[in-house]
Amino acid sequence: MVTTTPVMPASESLDPSAPPRPAANQRLFDSIPMRATPVTPARTVIDIQNLDFFYGAKQALFDVNLALEEKRVTAFIGPSGCGKSTLLRCLNRMNDLIDGTRIARGSIEIRGIDIHRRDVDPIELRKRVGMVFQKSNPFPKSIYENIVYGLRLQGVRDKTRLDEVVERSLKGAALWDEVKDRLHESGLGLSGGQQQRLCIARAIAVEPEVILMDEPCSALDPIATAKIEELIHDLKRDYTIVIVTHSMQQAARVSDKTAFFYMGKLVEYNDTRTIFMHPANAQTEAYVSGRFG
Amino acid sequence: MKRFFDNELEAFRSHLILMGEKAIDQVRLSLRALVEANISLADQVIAGDDELDQLEVKMDDEAIQYMNLRSPIATELRLIIVGMKASHDLERVGDEASNIAKRAVKLAAEPQLKPYVDIPRMAEIAIEMLREALDCFLSGDPERAVAVIRRDEEVDQLNKQLYRELSSFMIERPGTISRALELMFISKSIERIADHATNIAEEMVFLSQARDIRHVEELKKAKADQAKA
Repeated sequence: MVTTTPVMPASESLDPSAPPRPAANQRLFDSIPMRATPVTPARTVIDIQNLDFFYGAKQALFDVNLALEEKRVTAFIGPSGCGKSTLLRCLNRMNDLIDGTRIARGSIEIRGIDIHRRDVDPIELRKRVGMVFQKSNPFPKSIYENIVYGLRLQGVRDKTRLDEVVERSLKGAALWDEVKDRLHESGLGLSGGQQQRLCIARAIAVEPEVILMDEPCSALDPIATAKIEELIHDLKRDYTIVIVTHSMQQAARVSDKTAFFYMGKLVEYNDTRTIFMHPANAQTEAYVSGRFG
Repeated sequence: MKRFFDNELEAFRSHLILMGEKAIDQVRLSLRALVEANISLADQVIAGDDELDQLEVKMDDEAIQYMNLRSPIATELRLIIVGMKASHDLERVGDEASNIAKRAVKLAAEPQLKPYVDIPRMAEIAIEMLREALDCFLSGDPERAVAVIRRDEEVDQLNKQLYRELSSFMIERPGTISRALELMFISKSIERIADHATNIAEEMVFLSQARDIRHVEELKKAKADQAKA
């Protein structure tokens, strides 16, 4: 399954001023393409099926079905509390760390393997599915030690190998030129944007397949934001990226696919171009146009 | 949820409707000036063109400002783009009405060459097309746009027919050349007005459907079938 486009009926639209969608002369128009070049479908890396998720008694996700594609940037958008961060955190079992959370139904498979299978080690999973948070959180250690932290945990001692990883990761996170002469200074001495790129470098040091980003630019100024967006664009050559963002412009700029969530439900999932040019659902359009949310 | 700048979008929409109404009035009055040989009415049309020019400039300003400041997306972005294009078409309709009025002034000074039958008929179709294209904007119903596009062929045929008729007048009676030429230009102006109505109809389909139906084979075929029938 490559794409799923579960679409709520337009009658469920919350916004009475949302544009009407009249029955068209479909026979005549259907053969004429919409104005958006489709994104070439890629292989599914993460397959989410019928997912129901609870925080205690409160259900946060309802029957979510979503196939995330390889080496594409997928943006999760939706108003606060819609479940987008919850779903993101399900993808590397970060929610396991919160008491009372449970998946009541459904599954998440990464390359065909259910991540909740008994023999799946969450630490190993998080190596394959890295995460970058809203607030940059470098360890109170040197830039170098931040990058090699994961490898040291894995027991890597070889200095040459560690040096290589540091250089590759910092270059991959577009930070190398700015910090190569002060690798042994504290990571906390960097600017906000540099700290966030350091966290991205730390995430890619362990060579994950997927990088999850939870509002990675929300605390950054426009220049630092532009650098991270540029980086996301470069990173998708090697990684599958899922980004939660509240900035519609950011989702439109950096992502290939966009999933719109509302009140724990996936309302619409499609090519970003389609979501922003002619979404199928009136709610999606109202949200991306800033009419509600 | 209503946003504090929604009134800007409403103003833009209503300016397009205003331009449409004004353009239709101009075409109607220019034809009346011709048929009734009414010079003061013709002068009124010529003077009235300025209003459409100003509205086009205003809509361009509003569109550029809205795109700069409000980051429109999806339907809203299409509305702005379509509004700019359609206002340009309507401004051109106004120019054609003004051309017709100028020629009506010249023709009023001479005896009428022939009874005006085909020209008012063409103009009536062109006006209906404009009206329908605007209704399509108001209703958001793209089916009505297809009807407009199909009617363009009728106007084209009438224009060709008139061209042949006026050509033979000129050959047979060279004294009629100047009047026949004026009428030919008027016929051509009406044909252009119908083309602008067609453009607007196509733009309205893009607005409601996000599909570009210009130069699409299926529609060309539909038009050709219409011509045959």
